[in-house]
Amino acid sequence: MGDAIAFYTLAAFILGFAILVISTRDTVHSILFLVLDFLFVAALYVLLGAEFVAVIQVLVYAGGIVVLYLFVVMLVNLKRPPEVYQDPNRRTRMGYALAGAVLVELAAIATWGYVTPPPPAAAPSAMPVTGNTEQVGWLLYTSYLIPFEVASMLLLVAMIGAIVLAKREL
Amino acid sequence: MVDNFVIPLLQIVIVLNATLVGVTYMVLLERKVIAWAQSRLGPMRVGPYGILQPIADVIKLMIKEDITPARADRWVFTAAPIIAVVPAFIVYAVIPFGETAHLFGRTITLYITDINVGLLYIVSVASVGVYGIILAGYSSNSKYPLLASLRASAQLISYEVAVTLTLVSVILMAGSLSMVSIVHAQRDAGFWFAFVQPIAFGIFLVGGLAETNRAPFDLPEAEQELTGGFHTEYSGMRFALFFLAEYANMIVVSSVATTLFLGGWLRPFPNVAALAFLDVIPDWTWFLAKSFVFLYVFIWVRATLPRYRYDQLMRLGWKFLIPLAIVNLVVTGFVKVLAG
Repeated sequence: MGDAIAFYTLAAFILGFAILVISTRDTVHSILFLVLDFLFVAALYVLLGAEFVAVIQVLVYAGGIVVLYLFVVMLVNLKRPPEVYQDPNRRTRMGYALAGAVLVELAAIATWGYVTPPPPAAAPSAMPVTGNTEQVGWLLYTSYLIPFEVASMLLLVAMIGAIVLAKREL
Repeated sequence: MVDNFVIPLLQIVIVLNATLVGVTYMVLLERKVIAWAQSRLGPMRVGPYGILQPIADVIKLMIKEDITPARADRWVFTAAPIIAVVPAFIVYAVIPFGETAHLFGRTITLYITDINVGLLYIVSVASVGVYGIILAGYSSNSKYPLLASLRASAQLISYEVAVTLTLVSVILMAGSLSMVSIVHAQRDAGFWFAFVQPIAFGIFLVGGLAETNRAPFDLPEAEQELTGGFHTEYSGMRFALFFLAEYANMIVVSSVATTLFLGGWLRPFPNVAALAFLDVIPDWTWFLAKSFVFLYVFIWVRATLPRYRYDQLMRLGWKFLIPLAIVNLVVTGFVKVLAG
């Protein structure tokens, strides 16, 4: 009962801040709401007993990536009203259609997950280690080794790409 | 009831108040030490040897006029000092000042809590504190604070990488992210990690200076170029909050350095039985003494070294400290595996 109340409160805050992120006119305010949103998502992870993921969420998203967003936003001129940026070739209807498609997709996944039983997750007792961090590490380097390595390769490619784009005459 | 609610609440109140007092007297210590370094006396008027100077300063700051610049981003301008101060204080939740104390027939832990991801919690909360500085500069609607906050954010992001990598080497040594377990690992190993991780220790100290915007890396507050820095437009208590955050962060960095590298609350040479007579001194005294050494070094460095240039700062961070930290991490990993 207490968990349910906490979950729905957090979920309400997360959705509320998410709406504020896309509805605020000031870009810096919108980034601030994004930070708050990430912090509440981290609180949700704590509620689920995933402290490690919660802390990483704050460290990487709230503390790392969004600082870079803010950095970029401060470097561009935002004093002009947003109407100046109005693109004449903007395809508003297509945007709505795509957003609707994503929404339908998410709803389908949620419904599917609701009606089918979840796949058997690795039982905590089956792991040779205890503790939240240790279990995440154990799973990453055993069951999920290949996705983990693929993700790290992807990041490496992105890093090299960024360097190549920034330094043309390397 | 008492164990779950009253004692934690008391612990929080005591730690917060001790930190506030510590911060105000850090300011006095800094003024005194720098004065002595420059053959001056420092504050002498309020109380004997100026010992009441911090109280006078706080009263002055509280009754000063609080100005919000015209066309400033009012909400963000108000929120920025709060965002800077809150992370600086909530990290004290996981810092172990000692092991346990016996008081009125109860065993009380000398830390507020010990969580499984303690060290990561400190790093992540500290990374949120950057927003205070960036937003203060942005919302002031003034050129110098904006430049300062751009500098500050670039500096903090750069040095965060090196500092976090050194922490990973310590985590490898200790095999845990919990602050209490890291001290226990040093007790079981019989040595402080500063002796086996001298490179990580050095990088952590340099990175700690940069992360707290202290001299010689105080470019976000370079008076000559920026008329003050990111807090130029702030006055009164809001201005004081930034300084509160800065000094609280210095105490955090000192405490983390003590816990990770100097054995936390352990006495010197915890494995030498001949020194067991030192155990009559309470363990938290060791912790405070070791942290004080770091705080003194912070001030000493400020009195000694001139400020870095911005390109030198970036070169030091990216081209020297980060590669060195990575090499140190890889070597630590190899040694750890080979030693079994």
